[in-house]
Amino acid sequence: MSTQESYVTADGRTIGPTVMEMKNITLRFGGVKAITDISFDIREGEIRAIIGPNGAGKSSMLNVISGFYIPQEGEVWYKGHKRPPMKPYEVAQQGIARTFQNIALFEGMTVLDNVMTGRLNHMKTGMLAQAIWKGKAEAEEVENREKVEKIIDFLEIQHIRKTPVARLPYGLKKRVELARALAAEPSILLLDEPMAGMNVEEKEDMSRFILDVNDEFGTTIALIEHDMGVVMDLSDRVVVMDYGKKIGDGTPDEVRNNQDVIDAYLGVAHD
Amino acid sequence: MGAGEREEYNLAQSSQATGGLSSIPALLQRNATQFADKTAYREKEFGIWQTWTWAEAEKEIEALALGLINLGVNEGDFIAIIGRNRPYFYWSMVAAQSVGAVPVPVYQDSAAEEMGYVLGHCGARFVIAEDQEQVDKVIDIQDQLHQFEHMIYLDQRGMRKYDHHTLHRFVDIQEQGRAAYYEWIEDLNARRAKLNYDSTCVMLYTSGTTGKPKGVVLSNRNIIESAKNSCEFDNLTQKEEILAYLPMAWVGDFIFSLGQAMWAGFCVNCPESPDTMMTDLREIGPTYYFAPPRVFETQLTSVMIRMEDAGRFKRRMFHYFMDHARKVGGKILDGKPVGFGDRLKYRLGDLMCYGPLKDTLGFGRVRVGYTAGEAIGPEIFDFYRSLGINLKQLYGQTEASVFITVQPDGEVRADTVGVPAPDVEIRIDDNGEIFYRSPGVFVEYFNNPDSTASTKDSEGWVATGDAGFFEEGTGHLRIIDRAKDVGKMADGSMFAPKYVENKLKFYPDILEAVLFGNGKDRCVAFINIDLTAVGNWAERNNIAYASYQELAGHPRVLDTIQEHVETVNKSVAADPMLSGCQIHRFLVLHKELDADDGEMTRTRKVRRVVVADKFNDLVEALYDGSETVSTVTEVTYEDGRKGAIKATLQLRDAKVFPTQSAKVAAE
Repeated sequence: MSTQESYVTADGRTIGPTVMEMKNITLRFGGVKAITDISFDIREGEIRAIIGPNGAGKSSMLNVISGFYIPQEGEVWYKGHKRPPMKPYEVAQQGIARTFQNIALFEGMTVLDNVMTGRLNHMKTGMLAQAIWKGKAEAEEVENREKVEKIIDFLEIQHIRKTPVARLPYGLKKRVELARALAAEPSILLLDEPMAGMNVEEKEDMSRFILDVNDEFGTTIALIEHDMGVVMDLSDRVVVMDYGKKIGDGTPDEVRNNQDVIDAYLGVAHD
Repeated sequence: MGAGEREEYNLAQSSQATGGLSSIPALLQRNATQFADKTAYREKEFGIWQTWTWAEAEKEIEALALGLINLGVNEGDFIAIIGRNRPYFYWSMVAAQSVGAVPVPVYQDSAAEEMGYVLGHCGARFVIAEDQEQVDKVIDIQDQLHQFEHMIYLDQRGMRKYDHHTLHRFVDIQEQGRAAYYEWIEDLNARRAKLNYDSTCVMLYTSGTTGKPKGVVLSNRNIIESAKNSCEFDNLTQKEEILAYLPMAWVGDFIFSLGQAMWAGFCVNCPESPDTMMTDLREIGPTYYFAPPRVFETQLTSVMIRMEDAGRFKRRMFHYFMDHARKVGGKILDGKPVGFGDRLKYRLGDLMCYGPLKDTLGFGRVRVGYTAGEAIGPEIFDFYRSLGINLKQLYGQTEASVFITVQPDGEVRADTVGVPAPDVEIRIDDNGEIFYRSPGVFVEYFNNPDSTASTKDSEGWVATGDAGFFEEGTGHLRIIDRAKDVGKMADGSMFAPKYVENKLKFYPDILEAVLFGNGKDRCVAFINIDLTAVGNWAERNNIAYASYQELAGHPRVLDTIQEHVETVNKSVAADPMLSGCQIHRFLVLHKELDADDGEMTRTRKVRRVVVADKFNDLVEALYDGSETVSTVTEVTYEDGRKGAIKATLQLRDAKVFPTQSAKVAAE
């Protein structure tokens, strides 16, 4: 493929070769086709957006990537290998972390504990050892806590470290969720509508954090969003979906000038 | 004292009193030897208190100083320092002094434009900035700065993509300094040796409620003498712990966290982030604490809010013991006689209520606490004192290196600011304006001989711009108002806005108030509500609101504020001299007064003239008797962009009271 060579973006980030590829994915729920024959790739180090009007199949697509849905047709290629059908936790172990549209945190636990759960796949000691908390388990916790503290610092949530998540406002919960996903040190980070329901200021903060994460940790990010303005500013490349089909794919500028995309957003009669 | 005499006096001071320690870098050297293993700085980072001993701090500062020389810093250069309280910035200031440069701390929340003025005015060649946000601001304005050359930044985040020709990482500069040790150490030692009592220690820009900021040049003499005197006054030793959280560009922080910390050798603790200040305060438990009244007000408000939400038993216990504390707590603290039974009950209260409360607030270990900058409400002041916290007031200015008057232990009251600080002379002129002279008196306003001459006379007396008088009998100074703000009403009676505004601000619901009436026949006022206090009240009363503006316009909020205004009127009426200052009409402003909009200084003092000018239509409406007024106001966001808010405001009449006759007052 011609897109395999690394290149450096205008703002100095290196975009590497393809890390994940979706080939002719079709997903059906009974008789309903949620996704029809969609192919696209995600390259290392890029911010890849999936956009589209309501019901276009964006979240289904993300769930296919995260292993929550198994498509009836098509293949998912990850790091050069075809991925067999697997459980979401196996996908997570492979280095894919995600956030959820409707925030899925442990409400009764503190921010710190929530973010620590993101380290689960990096802990090797058994449950018993962790309960006794001596020797290796202790050293491991200290090491993981250090990683978590760096993320807390990075996302500027030190002041709520010990606050139970249930007491936090929505915008901060979203940030905590991002922190937990980051704690897993993923190679691909999936963000499901990270700005949904936020005000302008919160959106700006979140955009900055997403850019900083990508810049600082070199994390590949795939995100779903329907705020066009945000997407166009953030992403390197955009996939546009409508009615389960791919109608556009390219840089924000290419997509912006694509007639099909304009039609899908402004609305034309479908026959 | 003549000029020659004064010179001699100063020389004597420098050689005897401070034992040849005539600069901050010299004090650092002493501390690094004398208190080598004692903790000098702490900062919470990654959830843990990171510590540096005096010996380690000295090494860090030396590395930075060498790095600065390596980068090309010359003696006499100005180095701007922009960031929140972090050990690295305190080190930066001392490193700058070590190489013969002048540190200029800048308010980190200033907009790019304001920053541009300060950097341009002092002609800073170097900037040490905290993070991307500050770096961006300087880059925005760098075209207007002719002398600016290099910028050093602390926080790496988001900085990777920047052009690093003139940008340097803080740790890299230190690393280069260490690497070039043998190349520059002699130069550094020579520069340090040249520092004396007359070298500039720091330049601080005063925000000023009128006009452009002025650069106040303070010498080593100013800072070290003030630090020495104040440490002796309150017996501050190397055992103190303080929390550094007030803006670094403010003279108070410079004296407490640098001057006094260096002189006494105590430990400076820096919070993890501005939002964690309260938690960090509790973890550190400072022994010496300083805060403007606003911080005490906010803390008291949050205690009261939390008590409202507490269970019935706790609430009753709290009120029971607080009533007792109000009765005897202050007296016990002042060492006045109190009955045995009351003492015993106070002890019990301490065990059950005051102790835990002080601990929660982070005041469990405070030995000396100060408040200054504005008048503090007597109830607020008494609340903390009754808990057994030795909170005192002081009166000071940037131009005085803070200290003009202070309250000695055991002579503390809410309505005075204390007696002249050690070595400070005070006189009051015929108009009531306060003048002072002390070793802390500033050298000059940078590049502004006119202002210097009009503030400081040839004998070293400085005009404060405040009006006040010494109380007979006690010798304590009482401040009436800004001399400039005191005016006359149309009928010739005195107009003292601050006096009335302070009374209003003592209500937790009211954050700010601005009184108008100079030259008019009656007074009117603008009011800002306190969003935390009123918001909590609204929540408990099921009043929904989406914004400050909506809450500020709510009829029930206006009713409450009206009650406050009328109570204040009643108390103002009791003073025959000032009864003309009663508020006839008022409105609650649709936006909070903000430093970003130029309505306040960065230290949150209202710029009266700006407010009067900007909201001229509202002032007129208050005087012409209209019921409502519609207005559009321009606002500036933190990133410098502008927007507009529209509002229709309700104007309210307040009841005024007849002046109580002098006879009644005399009884």
